[in-house]
Amino acid sequence: MSILINKNTRVVTQGITGKTGQFHTRMSRDYANGKACFVAGVNPKKAGEDFEGIPIYASVKEAKQKAGVNTSVIYVPPPFAAAAIWEAVDADLDLVICITEGIPVRDMIEVKDRMRKHNKKAILVGPNCPGVITPDEIKIGIMPGHIHKKGRIGVVSRSGTLTYEAVGQLMELGIGQSTCVGTGGDPVNGVKHIDVLRMFNDDPETDAVIMVGEIGGSDEETAALWVKDNMKKPVVGFIAGVTAPAGKRMGHAGAIISGGKGTAQEKLEVMQACGIKITRNPAEMGKTLKAILK
Amino acid sequence: MKIHEYQAKEVLRKYGVPTPQGVPCFSVDEAVKATQSIPGKVWVVKAQIHAGGRGKGGGVKVAKSPDEVKTYAGQILGMQLKTHQTGPEGQKVRRLLIEEGADIKKELYVGMVVDRVTQKVCLMASSEGGMDIEEVAAKTPEKIHKVFVDPETGLKDAEADAVAAKIGIPAASVPQARAVLQALYKAFWDTDASLAEINPLVLTGDGRVVALDAKINFDSNALFRHPDLVALRDLDEEDPAEIEASKYDLSYISLDGNIGCLVNGAGLAMATMDTIKLYGAEPANFLDVGGGATAEKVTEAFKIMLKNPKVKGILVNIFGGIMQCDTIATGVVAAAREVKLSVPLVVRMKGTNDEKGRKILKDSGLPIISADNMADAAQKIVAAVAGK
Repeated sequence: MSILINKNTRVVTQGITGKTGQFHTRMSRDYANGKACFVAGVNPKKAGEDFEGIPIYASVKEAKQKAGVNTSVIYVPPPFAAAAIWEAVDADLDLVICITEGIPVRDMIEVKDRMRKHNKKAILVGPNCPGVITPDEIKIGIMPGHIHKKGRIGVVSRSGTLTYEAVGQLMELGIGQSTCVGTGGDPVNGVKHIDVLRMFNDDPETDAVIMVGEIGGSDEETAALWVKDNMKKPVVGFIAGVTAPAGKRMGHAGAIISGGKGTAQEKLEVMQACGIKITRNPAEMGKTLKAILK
Repeated sequence: MKIHEYQAKEVLRKYGVPTPQGVPCFSVDEAVKATQSIPGKVWVVKAQIHAGGRGKGGGVKVAKSPDEVKTYAGQILGMQLKTHQTGPEGQKVRRLLIEEGADIKKELYVGMVVDRVTQKVCLMASSEGGMDIEEVAAKTPEKIHKVFVDPETGLKDAEADAVAAKIGIPAASVPQARAVLQALYKAFWDTDASLAEINPLVLTGDGRVVALDAKINFDSNALFRHPDLVALRDLDEEDPAEIEASKYDLSYISLDGNIGCLVNGAGLAMATMDTIKLYGAEPANFLDVGGGATAEKVTEAFKIMLKNPKVKGILVNIFGGIMQCDTIATGVVAAAREVKLSVPLVVRMKGTNDEKGRKILKDSGLPIISADNMADAAQKIVAAVAGK
């Protein structure tokens, strides 16, 4: 199994005619079963054309009807990205993965409000995230595929390269991954750590999880409290940003300590109290995970 | 993006929030002249810097004559104002706001932020205005009242009225308070604000509700649709190194330590800083070169880091994904040559083409120290800077 995506997932790329969308659609298509999975693109002005053999449709709805897609990946520029999310959600896809960085927060508030009020089934991952990969089956997003291999460890993180770092450490120890999910660095977004942990908990092919967090907000604390009462599998945790000063935004719009809340120290303490095996050394995420597998 | 108090008040006035009459001034003469156009016999001289806590730092004075305005304006203009938000070096005052004095009966607090849990705008209000609201929140959370606003409807009359009553607005002034709260919400929403605060919001002796102070921060992702707000940016209030970095699409923040860091990705950059601290030193900066770093960007990043005289060593940590390690290595070598690097440099590379990248560094003949992993890299740079 795995979570969220597997070799049977059928993907439409929104923003397939832009440079970024084309580059990453090509990389994703060339990874594992990508050729069978990446079956459509969307651009109303270029409907009927194709991108390297991938047909382009006028809308996500049309891509769903004609190409049978159930998942979308979005590379649309920030001013239009929230509308693109809504188009995919409104077409009742199962999963929408938004890679775009720099979407106005107000746009995300509006689209999330509509998703809740219309009770849509789509799961949103991102925005401002690296995407999702189920190694050796399918990769949807901008992560380097070749650093992964199939295995039984789940990885969930807000950040891109820090996820790759965790995966790199696992690989050095010969440990593969079931699925890796980047939830994104924005303050208003889709799935959070708790949602992904729930999925890993229910996935028979995941044995343990690495949860990588960062300063700001309270997603990690919420997830930790859930783990305490519900998680049947071991979880290893790290929080980036011990050295980050209050009030300064560290690259990600969500990574800011405000009003003394959301510090790394606070998060690590809650996680530890909830039974998560924490490490304060980001170079030891893999090692810490290996130690609990024994 | 941050703006000054007087600019925030201009924004709020457009939405109908009452503020004291005031004039922004750039010199002592202007300040004295301003008293002629402002009614009353009491004026407030307020330092305009982006940091909070100005009153405690001596940046706000009440003057009872134009002569006193002259004296205070002279003292405040040009001073290095130190507050809990400026750091020990303080911030130079270049602008003043001269305002009419207010007859304050009660000081209240109202603020708005985006709440990440409910994913809505949250109105916070308290009867304990004028004070450090973070302290109120920590010690007496029951005195902070919150409303999570439905983005479809905006702040409703009943919600605004209920909050006004809870913070002690008398019934006769509730309609005014409602108008202020709704105007604040509309201003927040329309301008893509990330934070808006009126502290204090005051009730005057004659029952009026007035914004005595104002602070607004804007969502930088949304500035493309607000050219009028971008025009309010005051570069004097920002770190020159951060401005320089933003020209090259680098995300840079100055810190207090002595080890410069150059990393790709915000999360990994924070983790790298944390590792340096773990091994006993402090980072001099946060620097994310992003996903599409070129040799030119890396060179600029080195120049920016080295402008900081505190930097005694540099740690480069790259996880090559789409960005290839050999490209970065070429950039690092070019940068080290161009800036005639004289401090120790440790480079850790992992991921796509890392072998090739390490060979480029080795073949350059430069004294670059190579590291296998993050911990190794941090230990090596900390030791090198300590002269071991």
